[in-house]
Amino acid sequence: MQSSTIDPAKAELNYHAAGDEATAAHHGHPDHRVFGVIVFLVAEGMIFLGLFAAYLTFRAVAPVWPPEGTPERELLLPGINTIILISSSFVIHNADTAIKKNNVAGLRNWFIATAIMGVIFLAGQVYEYSHLEFGLTSNLYASTFYVLTGFHGLHVCFGVLLILGVLWRSLKADHYSSKSHFGVEAAEIYWHFVDIVWIVLFLLLYIL
Amino acid sequence: MEPADLAAREHEESGTNWRKFFGFSTDHKVIGIQYLVTSFFFYLIGGALASAVRTELATPDADFVSPDLYNSLFTIHATVMIFLWIVPAATGGFGNYLIPLMIGARDMAFPRLNAVAFWMIPPAGILLMSSFFVGAAGSGWTSYPPLSIINGSKAGEFIWILSVLLLGTSSILGAVNFFVTILKMRIPGMGLNQMPLFCWAMLAASALILIGTPVLAGALILLSFDLIAGTAFFNPTGGGDPVVYQHMFWFYSHPAVYIMILPVFGMISEIIPAHARKPIFGYRAIAYSSLAISFLGLIVWAHHMFTSGTPAWLRMFFMIATMIIAVPTGIKVFSWLATIWGGKLRLNSAMIFGMGFISMFVVGGLSGIMVASVPFDIHVHDTYFIVAHLHYVLFGGSVFGLYGALYHWFPKMTGRMMNETWGKVHFALTFIGFNMCFLPMHKLGLEGMPRRVAMYDPKFTALNVVCTVGSYILAVSTIPFLVNAAWSWLRGPKAPDNPWQALTLEWMTSSPPPVENFYKDPVLASGPYDYGMVNALVIRQKMMKGKEATTERKTPSGIPLNQLKASDLLGGSSSIVQSASDAEVEAQTLQDEDPMLSGGPNSVLRAKPDPEEAVNPDDRQDS
Repeated sequence: MQSSTIDPAKAELNYHAAGDEATAAHHGHPDHRVFGVIVFLVAEGMIFLGLFAAYLTFRAVAPVWPPEGTPERELLLPGINTIILISSSFVIHNADTAIKKNNVAGLRNWFIATAIMGVIFLAGQVYEYSHLEFGLTSNLYASTFYVLTGFHGLHVCFGVLLILGVLWRSLKADHYSSKSHFGVEAAEIYWHFVDIVWIVLFLLLYIL
Repeated sequence: MEPADLAAREHEESGTNWRKFFGFSTDHKVIGIQYLVTSFFFYLIGGALASAVRTELATPDADFVSPDLYNSLFTIHATVMIFLWIVPAATGGFGNYLIPLMIGARDMAFPRLNAVAFWMIPPAGILLMSSFFVGAAGSGWTSYPPLSIINGSKAGEFIWILSVLLLGTSSILGAVNFFVTILKMRIPGMGLNQMPLFCWAMLAASALILIGTPVLAGALILLSFDLIAGTAFFNPTGGGDPVVYQHMFWFYSHPAVYIMILPVFGMISEIIPAHARKPIFGYRAIAYSSLAISFLGLIVWAHHMFTSGTPAWLRMFFMIATMIIAVPTGIKVFSWLATIWGGKLRLNSAMIFGMGFISMFVVGGLSGIMVASVPFDIHVHDTYFIVAHLHYVLFGGSVFGLYGALYHWFPKMTGRMMNETWGKVHFALTFIGFNMCFLPMHKLGLEGMPRRVAMYDPKFTALNVVCTVGSYILAVSTIPFLVNAAWSWLRGPKAPDNPWQALTLEWMTSSPPPVENFYKDPVLASGPYDYGMVNALVIRQKMMKGKEATTERKTPSGIPLNQLKASDLLGGSSSIVQSASDAEVEAQTLQDEDPMLSGGPNSVLRAKPDPEEAVNPDDRQDS
């Protein structure tokens, strides 16, 4: 038989051609799942892009921005919050590195640290909301501010739940290993995504 | 496994076991049929609403329903037809059913996610229908603010938003699945350029769903805040800007027309070559034009807003970009025509619906170019010309294509043949009713009859009566289809594995396919459209059996078959990835003698895989 041909007896479907036992379950190939998470996050990102575009349009059309009567925004608390959230991205990366070395204890510790940082961020946001001098319906700036940060806060909230879920599963012996740790990877990618969105949000709503 | 056990298992897994269609299943074939049946049910509901709308419009006065109810009727009609019929049927239904089979995979990449996506549809549909009890949304399927936030039933409007958000989520989850499945789970040897064109079309449509639908979700989130929380994003009295909603809405909803038509383009690209018995003309042109349509579809949304105060320079850009979409679309249409040209046509129901699709879609496409031009659009904006145009695209296009696809893949899905005579009756009624209903609307629109209004100038009465009669014919035309489909599913003649002698992989397994699709992992022996080149089907069928060649056979040009390369078979293209050396093949060209054409349906086919050859799907992990 020519070398360029495929022997039907040996031909295997690509998703279990790798031979790894972890990949034998045909719809459980890690590559597919990580790719799926990224594709899903593209769609998530488009929601935020749409909201950013709306915000920028409101802003471009308005004669004064933020509208007259909007109180000065505090930068200290959200600044600290931003630093916490950005550092948490580095923290969660350590969890991924740990599990790739089969270090489950390290995974747990880094995940607990990330979850705590996420909760601090959320608490900071709630504190900020309660001390702001404008409400949801005060003016267009206030409405976009609350909806955009609130929608992002929901995503952080979901991220913390995701991390706690992975943490809970890691308590079972041998659930995650250096070869099989899709849950860890998915939580990490999602967390980075939430972080990147926050950076854009922070720039748009506070700095610019 | 004993043949008796195998038979029992086949019964369990085949289309004859109806119970599995009413439960939670992760089998992509079950989910695909669930999508199709559910969305067809909503098609009937949407059609009933349309009949009510047309009944109201049979007379110039509002005497059948109140104007408020009329507003709700056309709003829910459009919402149901778009979000609960065409999008779920074209992407969820056929996409789920066909993609894994066509690329040789055992299931979608994320089977459970797939089930989750489907099970969002029935609650969303019931939710939407229930809004009639509290006064359904009545500001059109576009739900433009400020009308939608200050007028009519807030409860109905909010239910509309929730329902569309739910359907959008379902659509996004489905698209993630399609995207990953198509890109990651093809069998060895099937590059992107050897995929069936339906997969290309679904890839392009999934990209549109992933990019466009979330933006609609963003718009609806803001709209719901305006509606219930008292913000003023889109309410000019509070400093908001309603045009921002239009931009966000059309950023999804213009691509949505391509989400609805691209999968159907793909289905037509499968149906036409299979029934014209010719290789498709311009495979790559059709494949890449899908991507071009996707890209262009994303940058032309504002052509719906020529009368919304869009500045002239911007209108110019959107006008030109919109007209350019005619180029990739024309490439597809001419490629289909070139495929039909000189083919040996089998004018069965699938094919005549396919040809009906081409002719009707071209009418809609041409009126689309007309309304793409700013001066003309300003003249006919929100008149019945737009109604005519969009129905020629979405009914004459998508629905004709979906019907054709239903006839084409019905034997594969159910294991039964449909009745051809009743199929043709169905086509005739649909074609007559459709044109009678929507052709006069072009004239109504040019004369200035506005859409979305229950009462009109009595001078339009005559044409409106014609439209209404046409709509009744259209309503009646679904009866032969329904009866035919139901009867054939239960009592129709058994279908062979490959009744149309098609070459795509879904026909290389039994009808209906077993769980995990293939008794043996399939092997790619020819391209999907190599009709009549060499007897590609025979090569393929023999490959499936994996028999050794016993004698050396030669092609008419004298090349021994076991040295045949892809380039010899296809004249340069390389979609045949396997030499024919294993096959016990009588090579012959189409012109000499083609069993696919001359013989009956079974002349070159095995009806079922041999039981002893069939491998229990569960045991295949070992191989």
